[in-house]
Amino acid sequence: MFSWDLLANAVIAGVLLGGFYAAVSLGVSLTFGLLDVVNMAHPAFVILGSYAAYAMNTSFGLDPILTGLVFTPVFYVLGAVVYRIYYESFERKGEESLRGLVFFFGLLFIIEVSLSLKYGVDYRLVEASYIGKSFEIGGVGIALRLLVPCIVGLAMTMVLHAFLSRTFYGRAIMAVSQDRLALRLMGANPVHIKTIAFGIGIATASLAGALLVTIAPVVPSTARDYIGRVFAITVLGGMGSIGGTLVAALVLGVAESLMATFSGPSWSLAVSFGILILALAVRPSGLFGR
Amino acid sequence: MKTGRYLLVSLGVIGLGVLLARARVNPYIYFAGYVILQYVVIATAWNILGGYAGYVNFGTAAFFALGAYTAIFLIESLKAPLPVLILGGGLVSGVLGLGIGYLTLRLKGVFFSIATFALAVVLQTLVINWDYVGGAKGMTVIRPRTGVLFGNYVTFLFTVMVVLAVGAVTIAWLIERSWIGRGLAALRDNEEAAECMGVPTLRLKVFATTVSGFLMGVAGAPFPYYVTYVEPSSAFNLDYAVNALAMPMIGGTTTWAGPVIGAVLLGTAQQVATVTISSELNLLIVGVVLVGFVVLAPEGILGLVRRIRGR
Repeated sequence: MFSWDLLANAVIAGVLLGGFYAAVSLGVSLTFGLLDVVNMAHPAFVILGSYAAYAMNTSFGLDPILTGLVFTPVFYVLGAVVYRIYYESFERKGEESLRGLVFFFGLLFIIEVSLSLKYGVDYRLVEASYIGKSFEIGGVGIALRLLVPCIVGLAMTMVLHAFLSRTFYGRAIMAVSQDRLALRLMGANPVHIKTIAFGIGIATASLAGALLVTIAPVVPSTARDYIGRVFAITVLGGMGSIGGTLVAALVLGVAESLMATFSGPSWSLAVSFGILILALAVRPSGLFGR
Repeated sequence: MKTGRYLLVSLGVIGLGVLLARARVNPYIYFAGYVILQYVVIATAWNILGGYAGYVNFGTAAFFALGAYTAIFLIESLKAPLPVLILGGGLVSGVLGLGIGYLTLRLKGVFFSIATFALAVVLQTLVINWDYVGGAKGMTVIRPRTGVLFGNYVTFLFTVMVVLAVGAVTIAWLIERSWIGRGLAALRDNEEAAECMGVPTLRLKVFATTVSGFLMGVAGAPFPYYVTYVEPSSAFNLDYAVNALAMPMIGGTTTWAGPVIGAVLLGTAQQVATVTISSELNLLIVGVVLVGFVVLAPEGILGLVRRIRGR
């Protein structure tokens, strides 16, 4: 029997999930969409952020999202270092496509295995005042543990959008993705700009990871589930369009939530990857392609 | 390598394998040897597409698991014997490879790799929801009785794997020596230029993906009898995808010998590390070695040897 209540709940949950997916995907939109760096390891950095939030939460009782914010400079430096290694080893020699991909795949694997060595493969969760609470509007339940990440995700999207369109460095990042030579002629160093952009991309992973661990417990291998999601969103959103990323994230969130509600949660993962394969095969430029 | 010499060496390897199987040494040797040989097949299969044609496949686990699950299906429905399982597993994975091959029409480079990764997850979800082959909780497989020739079933599987490994390497060797290998190398370096010069790029790519998928399926088909208990997370393990590309990268991707060297070195190192240290740590070793080689020695061990000789 079909229930409108169930449908409304699934759609709302999907929208909330979508706001969080946007937070996870922003970094990939920046690094892969704009910079053309195949940052497959991004979900692993997100999980690293989750474990940072978990560690701070269990030892000092810090709020996970606050921890995520505090750790962004650390992740920024980490991202900048990774990009420098990548640049020196591959991009400078023009070998980035195949070997760069393998480099990031290896990085993903190293982060995941290191985390399981340190923390084991048990599910880890955090505690905060808003986790577990929920309220109801017209028969639709809204869990705070989903609402808070969604709001933070939307805020991150807006800040990043403003940064890219208003500030000097943001515009320089947009410029480097369009024409490196022209940027060089304007007197800006493309490698320097890309390092900053990559650092920012990884810095978003710190917050996104904190949101992730707020929503649900994590294990190191959770990273794999998000590879399909973030790339599906990035491709569907049109490779580097921040607004497109948000729309695609919402679409994916709702689609997954509907699938989980009506066919069982074990199918929901296939949605993102199915959408990804479809998007790649039918419309590689995405919904809002340049 | 000359044809005669190659044939002699490969027959010698099979002979050695059979002798080792008859020698009845410590049974762990066969257990570990099977895994290493399985990786020789997988790495060689990956390299036919990744090394020769330059298309990086992250979905090795999908092809391997499809071979394993085809075997389970055949055991469950027909009680089919091992040769049928191997052929069936290979064919089904080969068909998947054929489909992937046509995907290369739309997807180049990075997008192809991401799509293959996505494929592995979609397939895993399908298998998890398919109860006939065990679903998420997995399935126990009972080994058939062994003949008199081999002491126990693992020893028998070890011998089978020796033959499969030599077969896979021979296929790679044949491809490399023929016009197909040269055509693949041409499209790896520049696909458009190759197409303009009259290289049938699509046909070659489809050929490479099909053969590569077939061999991965072949490697996966005996897997149910080897472990006797198959669950989706072990058959679709990410380790296969990482090893499949790490081994050729370490050995060297341009010749058939590269994946063999990589698989034997890395496979042996992992087996030793699993016994002496821990299985998590040996995965870390693979990741670190992979990244180290990609950054510092992108041509692999064979490239290093060539560079030293060239001086």
